[in-house]
Amino acid sequence: MGKVLMKGNEAIGEAAIRAGCLNYFAYPITPQSEVAEYLSRRLPEVGGLFLQGESEVAVSYMILGAAAAGERVFTTSSSPGISLMSEGISYIAGMQLPAVFVNIMRGGPGLGGILPSQADYLQATKGIGHGDFRLLVMAPASVQEAAEMTMKAFPLAEKYRNPVMILGDGLIGQMMEPVEFHDNLKTKPVDKNGWATNGMDTRGSSQRNLIRSLYLDPEVLNRHNLELKAKYDRMQQEEIRFEAVNIDSDYKVLIVSYGTMSRVCRTAVDQLKAEGLEVGMIRPQTVFPFPEEAVGNAAAGKSCRAVASIEMSMGQMLEDVQRSVKGRQPVHWFGKCGGEVPTPEEVIEFVRSLAR
Amino acid sequence: MGKTFAKPEALSDQHTHYCPGCTHGVIHRLVAEVIDELGIRGRTVGVAPVGCAVLMYNYFTFDFMESAHGRAPAQATGIKRVRPDLIVFTYQGDGDLASIGMSEIVHAANRGEKITTIFVNNAVYGMTGGQMAPTTMPNQRTTTSPFGRNVEEVGMPIKVSELLASLQTDAYIARQTVIYPKHINRAKKAIKKAFQYQLDGRCFSFVEIVSTCPTNWGLTPVEAVKWAEEKMLPYYPLGEIKTPDKS
Repeated sequence: MGKVLMKGNEAIGEAAIRAGCLNYFAYPITPQSEVAEYLSRRLPEVGGLFLQGESEVAVSYMILGAAAAGERVFTTSSSPGISLMSEGISYIAGMQLPAVFVNIMRGGPGLGGILPSQADYLQATKGIGHGDFRLLVMAPASVQEAAEMTMKAFPLAEKYRNPVMILGDGLIGQMMEPVEFHDNLKTKPVDKNGWATNGMDTRGSSQRNLIRSLYLDPEVLNRHNLELKAKYDRMQQEEIRFEAVNIDSDYKVLIVSYGTMSRVCRTAVDQLKAEGLEVGMIRPQTVFPFPEEAVGNAAAGKSCRAVASIEMSMGQMLEDVQRSVKGRQPVHWFGKCGGEVPTPEEVIEFVRSLAR
Repeated sequence: MGKTFAKPEALSDQHTHYCPGCTHGVIHRLVAEVIDELGIRGRTVGVAPVGCAVLMYNYFTFDFMESAHGRAPAQATGIKRVRPDLIVFTYQGDGDLASIGMSEIVHAANRGEKITTIFVNNAVYGMTGGQMAPTTMPNQRTTTSPFGRNVEEVGMPIKVSELLASLQTDAYIARQTVIYPKHINRAKKAIKKAFQYQLDGRCFSFVEIVSTCPTNWGLTPVEAVKWAEEKMLPYYPLGEIKTPDKS
């Protein structure tokens, strides 16, 4: 199959099917309702399951139940809806179940707005629900990448028995771009009989499986927390993905930017290069785990004089960038919230001010 | 002569953590007997609530999951929708189901999910220490209604079975109790019927069991039985409230 022109939201829905996930539960919310609209038509065609839940809270537990039964399952939502799902996500992480959540971010707090934003960075990467856990979070910068990350999310969720999140912004969901679905990203689900509550007969076993997140004995809970931490540590070793732009040049300024914002920054990098100002960029494709070493090394580049975290939020990723740069360079923030995407001209102006 | 009374295969060997006079043990046994008699242990998945029965999986010998407070019907929906061949039931108390979980139970029932819910109504929050529940009786003293439930302030107790029966979707909804031996067989019949409706892929099925909580009621087990009989049964009448055959 060649390239097709698709809206990001629809491409995410189609990508999940192509990845071998035929179970989708959802609740409508702007700006990602097209995923549910698309899949309510598409899933029945392929013998899949579409169910609209009564709330995002309920949906998160439908996801939990389906994952516990050993089936691939995913949902999509946007910021306020993700907050409601965060309860279920905590249980899913505590129960060590594989599931995929897509957050097509809008502005906040509260109802905020319905336009593109990256306002949920800290929520996604630091603490989406109560308790001590992390998600593996991938941030696409194009419709193509959104589709690919969605397809990769299912085997990753199974590898770690942990929820995986695709952190897109409203523009990724709403814009149309050419996209190609790669058959080689379709994966077979792993054997889940060791833990799934899929009925003893399914497993041909007389041993029952029990799925829980309650550990009343503090020593046992501590061991459980350490077991979870080992998974997050392993993600740091094995799953960090990023793109380096113009990093072989004698860049004076290093930009760190992801998602839609990084597309604007790339235009700025190209235009500034044409003017004679070299600017490097690290674009995290995973924001947890964060490419700490790559950002730190790039910031230590000989010609580098300043680092900028450019994001559609009020300096949320900035904290990760500062942590990575470890005081070797001044770290600045530039961004806009509320749904306006900064223009290349605004980014250029800001970067020029750092290079002076 | 062989054994005439034995522990169901679906029950495990455990010391109970329930209080003296609590009815959870009887209800657990009835569920286990029904699962044995229907021969469905190998394809049953139980969903435990938050509340006194949070650890109920310790007493059973088939697949089990915990849930969050009130969310069991949504979770059971997830299991059943992706694996319709499994027999899925939730077991929930009145704080769990009738308060924080009201949305999940109403919508699961209204979608006609082919799951079974055992609803244990003892008119009080048990595990958290005897606080007022939506099913607490008028003037009943609890740790958060120390002067008795004031219906002027917090309304009347919710009759969950009748509320669910008002939905237009087919369902099997019954209310029974286990306070006297004569009730126990009727309760078991209702539970068996409920599971049978699920096995037949017929409808959502729901059995409310009027239960006792001597510890949080501040009564002896015998006084608690009398209290349930005198205060609860007139308000929560027993019987089949809705069946799919004549809804």
